[in-house]
Amino acid sequence: MCNAFGIVNFSGTRIYVEGLQPYRPIGAFSFLGRYRVIDFPISNMSNSGIDQIQVYIRRKPRSLVEHLGTGRHYNINSKRGNLHILFSENGMENDVYNNDIAAFVENMEIIEQVRYPYVVIAPSYMVYSANFDTLLQNHIDSEADITLLYHSVDNAKESFLSCNTLNLNRQKGVLSIEENRGTAKNKNIFMDTYIMKKELFIDLIHRAQKLSSLYTLSDIVNLACEELDVRGVAHRGYFAAITDFKSYYEANLSLIDYKNAMNLFDEYWPIYTRTNDSCPTQYFDSADVKNSVVSNGCLIEGTIENSVIGRGCTIKEGAVVKNSVILPDVVIGKDVHIENQVVDKHAHVIHIKDLVSTPDRPGYVRRDDTL
Amino acid sequence: MKQNNMLAMILAGGRGTRLHELTSKVAKPAVSYGGKYRIIDFPLSNCANSGIDVVGVLTQYESVLLNSYVAAGRRWGLDARDSGVYVLPPREKADANLDVYRGTADAISQNIDFIDTYSPDYLLVLSGDHIYKMNYAKMLAAHKEQNADATIAVIQVPMKEASRFGIMNTDENGTIVEFEEKPEHPKSNLASMGIYIFNWKLLRKMLLADIKNPDSSHDFGKDIIPAMLNDGKKLIAYQFKGYWKDVGTIDSLWEANMDLLGKNNELDLNDPTWKIYTEDVTTLPHYIGANAKITRAFITQGCVIDGEVRDSVLFTGAKVGEGAKIIDSVLMPGAIVEDGAVVQRALVADGVRIGRNAKVGSADSEHIELVAKRVKGDE
Repeated sequence: MCNAFGIVNFSGTRIYVEGLQPYRPIGAFSFLGRYRVIDFPISNMSNSGIDQIQVYIRRKPRSLVEHLGTGRHYNINSKRGNLHILFSENGMENDVYNNDIAAFVENMEIIEQVRYPYVVIAPSYMVYSANFDTLLQNHIDSEADITLLYHSVDNAKESFLSCNTLNLNRQKGVLSIEENRGTAKNKNIFMDTYIMKKELFIDLIHRAQKLSSLYTLSDIVNLACEELDVRGVAHRGYFAAITDFKSYYEANLSLIDYKNAMNLFDEYWPIYTRTNDSCPTQYFDSADVKNSVVSNGCLIEGTIENSVIGRGCTIKEGAVVKNSVILPDVVIGKDVHIENQVVDKHAHVIHIKDLVSTPDRPGYVRRDDTL
Repeated sequence: MKQNNMLAMILAGGRGTRLHELTSKVAKPAVSYGGKYRIIDFPLSNCANSGIDVVGVLTQYESVLLNSYVAAGRRWGLDARDSGVYVLPPREKADANLDVYRGTADAISQNIDFIDTYSPDYLLVLSGDHIYKMNYAKMLAAHKEQNADATIAVIQVPMKEASRFGIMNTDENGTIVEFEEKPEHPKSNLASMGIYIFNWKLLRKMLLADIKNPDSSHDFGKDIIPAMLNDGKKLIAYQFKGYWKDVGTIDSLWEANMDLLGKNNELDLNDPTWKIYTEDVTTLPHYIGANAKITRAFITQGCVIDGEVRDSVLFTGAKVGEGAKIIDSVLMPGAIVEDGAVVQRALVADGVRIGRNAKVGSADSEHIELVAKRVKGDE
């Protein structure tokens, strides 16, 4: 049992994934065939013993609400625990008002009601495993005011460009939170994950609100670095930030390597998701599949290489799927050749015979589309 | 329950001795099938899909796993208000001694009190160890339409196999005139599927009489049905068309799995209108490595494959190492075949490990080899 409640925060206005995001928030994106991105933060919380979880949604709630349901499949105690799905409903006149602070203010009553003294805030658009209970214990022992989680990377020049970074001193004290402007290879990418006392959290929300309607949680914590003891804790293991189309594509493909996937998935740290009751996948005589991750419910007659195949897909005879991310319920028709694509849900690629993009600029097929 | 006023009772006490080690720890209905299912998922899902909300499961032999498995009724959507799956092992009662279920009919007799709490008009009696998809609501409609006292689902079997089954001889209207258990010279090929719909009031009366009968074996096929025919009750044969399998042996369990490999196979587990529900396990999708070669296979989540898989069914979490070959075989949940090992015409039981370069089964064996213990390979 963890002494904190959880908040799953939405992505800020700076982050936008072309193609997929018009349909749903990043948390609801299909990931690695059978998951949705939000399964990772919620499973982390559930596995950490957090049984009260608030999920904030900024827009397009349908698919996320449907997926989360009562939260039962996340192993959250159905009586003592709960999963709250919360909306921010203000700022209709301009999207810039729709930030996380506004959403927290809107739902302040719910936050104040929580009986736990600490809060763990994690983003709905990052994929990683972390034990928040251990982090909370370390946070309490360190006597810091705020603990922030970061991941050290060596490709910050070309990746993680919509993320924030932590500027740390030698004692891992956070001097400031800054945008990653791609100026250096080595950066400490801020994982938008915070641990602090609930009271401090509420206080920061009020302070931000007073300063500017456009202030976000990271803005106000950045400001607080001057007076509060804010510390960074390094995360190890798999880490991906879904902040644009390419990072979504690459995060999926990066987990095809089983060894790499084992840095994220652990037998004792299950990642839960909502079952669809699909039957196993059927491979036919002409199937030729290598180096791929395949979900249940598929019918496979064609060739698949280095790809992620979502639930319930049909890959017809003679079809070739390479370096692609295929979302659930897609049909790739006979003799269709696709390479370096993200094919969104329910799409049928059947008439066009070649759909090939380059790995650095992968293509996108719209949801429900027929090509 | 209100929907069609029919309650279902699933007979799940079967031991399945001819499945050898597969049923040494679990009852036959709990045996794994089709990559991700257990056999009892079929009658339970059929009930859920047919709009039956209350299902009693009569367990007896090695029932610990089965009891906890079926008790989670929400797996099959049987968890709404006034709905549920009830586990009913033999129990001690105020007015009777603790007694094992002496036969299929006795299992129902001992639970008359349970059934009475719902006072259904109809009782559906099912077997927990058959693999098939069936809409019991249609069967009930036929039962009502014909004003029957009991309706028995039958399936046409090849005439030469008919003597292995309980055979129903019917008149031109489908009314049963005679029932013969495993007849030497069958007159018809309509085999009983062990699926019965009874008018509950009548069955209740007959069961109470049957309990008192010292000569009875308390079995539906042997005692209740013949007694009903003797009494001149109206028994109707409801003909079922489709896939139906009673997996009594290792060979037939293997065969039932192989039946899933055909294109447009009859059982069609991919039908979105009649899903078979099962336990939700948290595993990754299946992983296929750079050296894998997979043709004609049925593979579920949690598998990790880097070898050759041909004409085989792989259950949850099965692993196939580099250079290993799985041919005409079934790997049950968590079975591990290490690098270079060859498995042919074999059924590898749950969690069993086949060591490096080991060989099990053979291409021309008469029977399917059951591998229930670890096979050592090269160290």
